[in-house]
Amino acid sequence: MTFPILSVITFLPFAAGIFILMLPAHRKNEARAAALATAVIDLLLSAWVYVQYLTQDMMGYQFIEKYTWLNIPPLNIALHFGVDGISAPLVLLTGIVMFTGVLISWGDDDPHVMAGIQDRPREFFAFLFLLAGGVFGVFVSLDLFMLFFFYEIAVFPMYLLIAIWGWAKTREYAAMKLTLYLFIGSVVALVGALVMYWTQYQNTGVLSFDMLEMENAGFSAAFQNLWFLPVFLGFAVLGGIWPFHNWSPDGHVAAPTAVSMFHAGVLMKLGAFAALRVGVMLLPEGAKHWSWLIMLFAGVAVVYGAYIAYVQTDLKYMIGFSSVSHMGLVMLGISTLNETGLLGAGVQMFSHGVMTALFFAVTGMIYDRSHTRMIPELGGIAKVMPFATIGFIIGGLVSMGMPGFSGFVAEFPIFMGVWGEQWLVAVIASISIVITAAYIMMNIRKVFFSPMPEKLEGHIGDITMLDKVAITTLCLFMIGIGVFPSMMVPMIESGVSYIMTLLGGA
Amino acid sequence: MFTTVTFASILPEILILSIGLLVLILEPFWKDEHKRNAGWLTAGGLFIAMIVSLLFGRPAEPTETLGGMIRFDWLGFFLKMLFMFAAAATALLLMDHEKAGKRGEAYLLMLASLIGMNLMASSADLVMLYLSIETASIPLYILSGFLLDDERSTEAGFKYFLYGTLASTIMLYGFSLLFGFSGTTDLYAIAAALTSGKVSALLAFGVVMLVVAGLGFKVSIVPFHFWAPDVYEGAPTPVAGFLSTASKAAGFAVILRLFFVAFPAFSESWTMVFAVLSAVSMTVGNLLALPQTNIKRLLAYSSISHAGYALIGAVAFSQLGAASVVFYLAAYVATNLLAFGLVMAFQRVTGLEDVKDLAGLSRRNPLMGLMMLAAFLSLAGMPPFGGFVAKVFVFAAGIQADYTWLVVVGIVNSIIGVYYYLNVLKFVYLYRLPGEDEENHPIPLTQPYMIALVVLVVGVIVMGTVFTPFFNWSDAGALNLF
Repeated sequence: MTFPILSVITFLPFAAGIFILMLPAHRKNEARAAALATAVIDLLLSAWVYVQYLTQDMMGYQFIEKYTWLNIPPLNIALHFGVDGISAPLVLLTGIVMFTGVLISWGDDDPHVMAGIQDRPREFFAFLFLLAGGVFGVFVSLDLFMLFFFYEIAVFPMYLLIAIWGWAKTREYAAMKLTLYLFIGSVVALVGALVMYWTQYQNTGVLSFDMLEMENAGFSAAFQNLWFLPVFLGFAVLGGIWPFHNWSPDGHVAAPTAVSMFHAGVLMKLGAFAALRVGVMLLPEGAKHWSWLIMLFAGVAVVYGAYIAYVQTDLKYMIGFSSVSHMGLVMLGISTLNETGLLGAGVQMFSHGVMTALFFAVTGMIYDRSHTRMIPELGGIAKVMPFATIGFIIGGLVSMGMPGFSGFVAEFPIFMGVWGEQWLVAVIASISIVITAAYIMMNIRKVFFSPMPEKLEGHIGDITMLDKVAITTLCLFMIGIGVFPSMMVPMIESGVSYIMTLLGGA
Repeated sequence: MFTTVTFASILPEILILSIGLLVLILEPFWKDEHKRNAGWLTAGGLFIAMIVSLLFGRPAEPTETLGGMIRFDWLGFFLKMLFMFAAAATALLLMDHEKAGKRGEAYLLMLASLIGMNLMASSADLVMLYLSIETASIPLYILSGFLLDDERSTEAGFKYFLYGTLASTIMLYGFSLLFGFSGTTDLYAIAAALTSGKVSALLAFGVVMLVVAGLGFKVSIVPFHFWAPDVYEGAPTPVAGFLSTASKAAGFAVILRLFFVAFPAFSESWTMVFAVLSAVSMTVGNLLALPQTNIKRLLAYSSISHAGYALIGAVAFSQLGAASVVFYLAAYVATNLLAFGLVMAFQRVTGLEDVKDLAGLSRRNPLMGLMMLAAFLSLAGMPPFGGFVAKVFVFAAGIQADYTWLVVVGIVNSIIGVYYYLNVLKFVYLYRLPGEDEENHPIPLTQPYMIALVVLVVGVIVMGTVFTPFFNWSDAGALNLF
């Protein structure tokens, strides 16, 4: 028997969370150290999975583990794990965000700074790891029931994390709004999944929640057209698709830094991934039928999100809306249903995850020290926090889609793919590149390089060593993918080619 | 006549009766400060009774014993174990109740009611069924009004009694008509008589409605729910917990047995009635839970809505449906007892029971905060807690039976539920005491609470993750109905 690496990756955070909860409440540093150790192990394991997938033959699902969980007709649920070319990068992404999130939550005991999590860090890390375990679970699950199981686990800790440790002004409102939006989306998709289960049984006589089986369930075109939208949009709510994106910026703003990183970096990918995995791959005919609507929604999200980001004065809202815009690009790539577009969507999921985690990390560092996120009140950060400034600029370049960074590798194929389907959408969506460049550069100038306001003078110190490690890690991945696309592109291509066979090779 | 099988079929009840007698005999000899030990005796006794029953009282093939009064099968057995588990937990929670804990009668009454519930789960005859329902109910009327110097408790007892007797009279009328139509009181013979087609559908529908009214009261579905919030609020909290879990589950046991076994001929009419009642219960229960400020009233309305969810499985009228109802009951009993137990533990120290009083709980006692989290998220239907799996199973059964609309109603209601359950958690985790000095106001848990609550929370998590054995037993039970 081989080492059950995916199970270990998934269940380690849960076990660690329980362990951390059992530590005495006043042992804050021990809780942090245990969290960091767990995050490092999970990062290494997920990197191992990634490298193994990349270096061996890149085909189909690998690292497969299958244990029957409940097989009492008419129910059949299995713990079926495996990764393909789409999900392996996302597992790695979760490992990266988990690692850096723990680092920047470590905190700084300096009473002027009070960065990171000082109040009840034990509970914080436990809930954060519950979330992380749920996210890993969704990315590796090949069983629809288990996918939902982990999906819901990934949703509800958000409520606590935002409501307890969030920004006092809006946290209650934002946390409840976020949870309700996501829960509505997921239960709507759940109905679709149950209907698919029984319809599969009627069609083929197979009773199984296994998604690899469901791909051959022979759903009729009418069935697919009816259920594609509820399933796809139900998940896509978490991907921040317009017009259901409203929860997302509010949630980003209210959340503490590490949770914002998780939220924008990983959770939104969870939505897009599940929409792709369940919506497009199980109901391909429905996807073809409705792709115009998804493309419309995504196109609006791209341009509208970028424009709203442009007019924000709160740094976190700006990044929040830029996430909506960038996730719109992912959805746009998915809606093309062609090889190039899906490839771009796959890379964009990874690239945006790392980039936005970096943005939120830097914003959190600035806020912890200056106690404001309002862009007009900030300035001259480059002088006191040079390292964070470099990180933010690299993130900005990725965001604009500059060649040499991962953003370019992602956005270029998306626009190519869209051009192939509907050139007008590509033209309109490309406006967003200009707007993005405008707001990123404007903010870099104002926040980092304009003269520092008197109020802040002398109050701001540099970031900690751990923060620097986190920023470096994130930057390395963005530059690495940009300079050596072969580290990721062939892998995602292998995943996409499988989706293309499901779509009928079109 | 009195064979081993007969003995085995009522073994749990015999053991429960012995525990009751033991409590009755020993309690007067104990000093006042030792009287709470009756709780240890009851809980420990029930635990031993469960083990003994599991070893020697397991059913093989379904058989009828005691002249066709009792049906000895897995469905009854599994539910009996569930009721006994709930009663043992309740006994532990009752021990440190300020007024009720030191009175042996409380434990005795609960055990008497438990015998009634056990028989409800296994009766195969209308007469036995009615007797067992009354045996289960009458002690509960007394227990609800147990706090004689408390007006709310007295009111609760009296209200429960009036509503209860009215409902059981209506049900008894239904039973007598049923006997008139079919000429027999045996459920299986009734099924045969009704299938023969001699009874008009309209008359049968009337009988069904009468029986639904009686059982609807027991499981507190809308529109037979009016007693629940007042009684839960007034009754001693552990009793309220027992009422909302074991008593409700016993009502469902009768619904399953009676409707699945005796009325399959008229399944179209009663599934329709239940579908409507289920939709109304979920909606009314959840909407009325929204504005509640008292935690016990909130849990009362939530339990009304949960009866609605569980009913979806009965509406499906399939083996999966019945199995999902039984599984739902198991998950719900553990979850709701946990919630009531936490309220009780909180109330004992602080004397308060409003949602807003829970502020700062997670700092006053972090473990209680986490248990609260598990209980309310399980009620909301979130994994990895039992409530999630239970809901998915009843929804799956509903969709299989083409009741997609009902499932959609259920899903809309789960969303409403998430809102008010999370609201409670907001107080527990987010808000603080006015002085922000939670360290000086700890909420200690006494030993019986610690045991009961930890067992319950482990149960809730186990049922949400390793649900296979529980569903297996539920399914084995459901098989006996067909």
